[in-house]
Amino acid sequence: MSADHLSRDRSAAFMNAFRPFAADTLLMGFRRALPLLVLFLLGVGTAQAVPEIQQWTTARGTKVFFARTEGLPLVDVRVLFDAGSARDGQQFGLATMTAALLDTGAGDWDADTIAKRLEGVGALLDTSASRDSASLSLRTLTKPELMKVALETAREILLHPRFETADFEREKKRILLSIKQREEAPDDLAGIAFFEALYRNHPYAHPKEGNRDTVEKLTRDDLARFFQTHYVAKNATVVIVGELDRAAAESMAQELAGQLPEGQALPAVPVPETGAQAGMVRKTFPSEQTHVLAGQIGMKITDPDYFPLYVGNHILGGSGFASRVVKEVREKRGLSYSAYSYFYPFREAGPFLMGLQTRNDQAEQALGVLQQTLKDFIDKGPTEQELKAAKQNITGGFVLRLDSNKKLAEQIASIGFFGLPLDWLNTFISKVEAVTAADIHRAFRARIHPNQLQTVLVGAPQREQ
Amino acid sequence: MLLHRCALLLATVPLVAFSGETKVHEFKLDNGLKVLIQEDHRAPVAVSQVWYKVGSSYEYGGITGVSHMLEHMMFKGTKKHPPGEFSRIIAANGGSENAFTGQDYTAYFQTLEKSRLNVSFDLEADRMRNLQILEPEFVKEQQVVIEERRMRTDDQPRAKMEEHFQAMAFTSSPYKNPVIGWPDDIAGLTVKDLSDWYQLWYAPNNATLVVVGDIDPKAVFELAKRHFGPLKSNSLPTVKPRHEVQQLGPRRMVAKIPAKLPYLTMGYKAPVLRTVEQPWEAYALEVAAGILDGGNSARLSTRLVRGQQIAAGVGAGYDLYGRMSGLFTLEGTPAQGKTLAELEKALSEEVARLRDERVAPDELERVKAQVMASKIYQRDSIFYQAMQLGLTETVDLGWKVVDEYVDKLTQVTPEQIQQVAQKYLVDDRLSVGYLEPQPIPEGAELPAEGNMNGGANVR
Repeated sequence: MSADHLSRDRSAAFMNAFRPFAADTLLMGFRRALPLLVLFLLGVGTAQAVPEIQQWTTARGTKVFFARTEGLPLVDVRVLFDAGSARDGQQFGLATMTAALLDTGAGDWDADTIAKRLEGVGALLDTSASRDSASLSLRTLTKPELMKVALETAREILLHPRFETADFEREKKRILLSIKQREEAPDDLAGIAFFEALYRNHPYAHPKEGNRDTVEKLTRDDLARFFQTHYVAKNATVVIVGELDRAAAESMAQELAGQLPEGQALPAVPVPETGAQAGMVRKTFPSEQTHVLAGQIGMKITDPDYFPLYVGNHILGGSGFASRVVKEVREKRGLSYSAYSYFYPFREAGPFLMGLQTRNDQAEQALGVLQQTLKDFIDKGPTEQELKAAKQNITGGFVLRLDSNKKLAEQIASIGFFGLPLDWLNTFISKVEAVTAADIHRAFRARIHPNQLQTVLVGAPQREQ
Repeated sequence: MLLHRCALLLATVPLVAFSGETKVHEFKLDNGLKVLIQEDHRAPVAVSQVWYKVGSSYEYGGITGVSHMLEHMMFKGTKKHPPGEFSRIIAANGGSENAFTGQDYTAYFQTLEKSRLNVSFDLEADRMRNLQILEPEFVKEQQVVIEERRMRTDDQPRAKMEEHFQAMAFTSSPYKNPVIGWPDDIAGLTVKDLSDWYQLWYAPNNATLVVVGDIDPKAVFELAKRHFGPLKSNSLPTVKPRHEVQQLGPRRMVAKIPAKLPYLTMGYKAPVLRTVEQPWEAYALEVAAGILDGGNSARLSTRLVRGQQIAAGVGAGYDLYGRMSGLFTLEGTPAQGKTLAELEKALSEEVARLRDERVAPDELERVKAQVMASKIYQRDSIFYQAMQLGLTETVDLGWKVVDEYVDKLTQVTPEQIQQVAQKYLVDDRLSVGYLEPQPIPEGAELPAEGNMNGGANVR
């Protein structure tokens, strides 16, 4: 369901492009909340920590990825489609709203019935969209009579969603309210402005929920059409991770995706244009803090320079208190609670960005520190000592990235959806180990240009006006 | 002392064949440190958490936020480890670490590959008794915390409203104060305030060490003894009762804040497991929250979001593991074209329905099905398992309540839910807060100034 963030319990899952910190709403006062976007930043490790990933293709062309785990009687399932907001065309918000409607009615069942069926067997189901993908996530116990009900329900949602007018109108209103709520959040406004500055006319530019005018124009039939062309077998990836054997996984994949119409795989999303001149966007907002973002187009997930850029960013601003950005901004100067840099790889090139938030009258100073930290890193590259520490951290902590069924399912979903090699996890450590300081220096100099940054400041201006 | 406990999940539950068995090993060192160890061999990792019995509910006027501020300073060095060294060592060992402060606790944790547990113990033992709070580090970190408050509360309309709501709902209970502290109190904290607070509360006999992971309990216990055993215990202060006085009638407030959406919070004063007369009452309140908000099939989503379409989002909550009595809460965002008053009326009607009618058997079964499933899902996270043990131990309930949870919830009857609703979810215990949005000046784009390339534009 979309717009869930309108209630407090789910506010952590707020919709915007990204949250520059992983705020934990339950535990006030997390000391640090730095944006380690783990989804695509895969780790590495010892052989026994990586379960075997099995892969096959259904008769209609859906790729299936399966890993067997042991110890808990549960299974995590992801069904992903190339149906994210990059496929919206000019109808911004179409992909998100289509995903949001899936569990509000399917086959003979209305939203109440679907919810009762799932919750009656303790299953968790969610449908959502990102920029690259739309997905259905299901977690269920493996006890056969419980799992059967959960799977039947998920299958109907994927095959026969109703897109009823009443549900459509209600969900549209909720999404419009959540779009309105962005206007009271300076960090959301900054994120939206940053993506627009970076991607301009590219389909990654707009927020995945769309904008008020584009969402208002959407119709129920738009959603049904989008569903028919995008939620098809050749455009789907199934990921199954849990305490199942291969035969059970095969029958599960067949049940979920076997009856999807074959359809056609979509052409690639265009390659974002790089090389734009530096830009600066300032928006006034009556907040105590100014939210600062600066960056440029970064890399795609299959980028040949993935490892030098990943390890390099770990040193620059991707590893919390061990990183230069946090040392310079927070530890030395006390300017911000959260400060970071990261690459967020998409199927095509995702953003590279640095960010922080600080008292309005310190915004210029803090931005200067970010810029200088980046410039120093690009000019001189990392020290051998920094590189060694980063490798120790990444390789020594590899097992932490795969220590739950859910984390493993997310990693395999990335591998499957983005077409990474099946041994990606097994070779990750050696590829990290192989990175040299010279590789990092070269890759950053080639890709990140401190004089071409897009910079966004949202806050109450001090003296500048 | 070595206590074994094997919690058997009730055989009466037909839904789940899996026993959900957890086995917690409990030890106590001579200096009073409680040690809880649980095995989970699914991945070669271990989480280590140190929980202290101190948090914002221990604080008094003028120094609110001191527990949280001290948590920040706990990363700023000891004689043995200069500032920055904790984080560097954990990072070099591939670990992740952090800390959190709540009303009733302050906790520190590391997650590591299992063979590196000694690294965590070495650091935690050192800073349990040997922290050095240096003025220059303190001055910078105070600014960081002030920025944290701006980010989490001052610039967040709902968080700001909730802060004022808590301050209204509670009169004498320390739950009226925000965990992060009031702005003037944070700004007025001194090194001496922190040092005094540290001396009072940071000692092995006021702490619990929890380890969950791919470990051998006996070996971990020996390791804990080696690192923490030599630490001296403290003579701990008596914790004053500070109970909430009886509420004399409904309370209401309006927060006028620049925002785009209205927001409603309601809270009924309710006991927690630790303060309740009969334990079943707390579990019945927990189930009542589930009847209202346990998923999309629960009453609030079904009736208020989809049925009547009064709410765009809505929720109910109750925390039975508090140290002191708290609130049973309801909150929500009115749907487009609906008012706060209409949403309040609809939520009040749902509460009245809990008082007036017995919950239907199928509703109760669904809540119980979810509870039992989530008990297994939670075991997918070693961190969450450790949290539950640490939390319940720290509020003096004892970790065994974690094992009893499913059993106790499944015993709750429709009559009991109605009884607790009639007893606690009544107007004289109610506080209501409205967030009434005020206009936000239009976010005009200012002309870009100068060349922002490269250099440090330090002013």
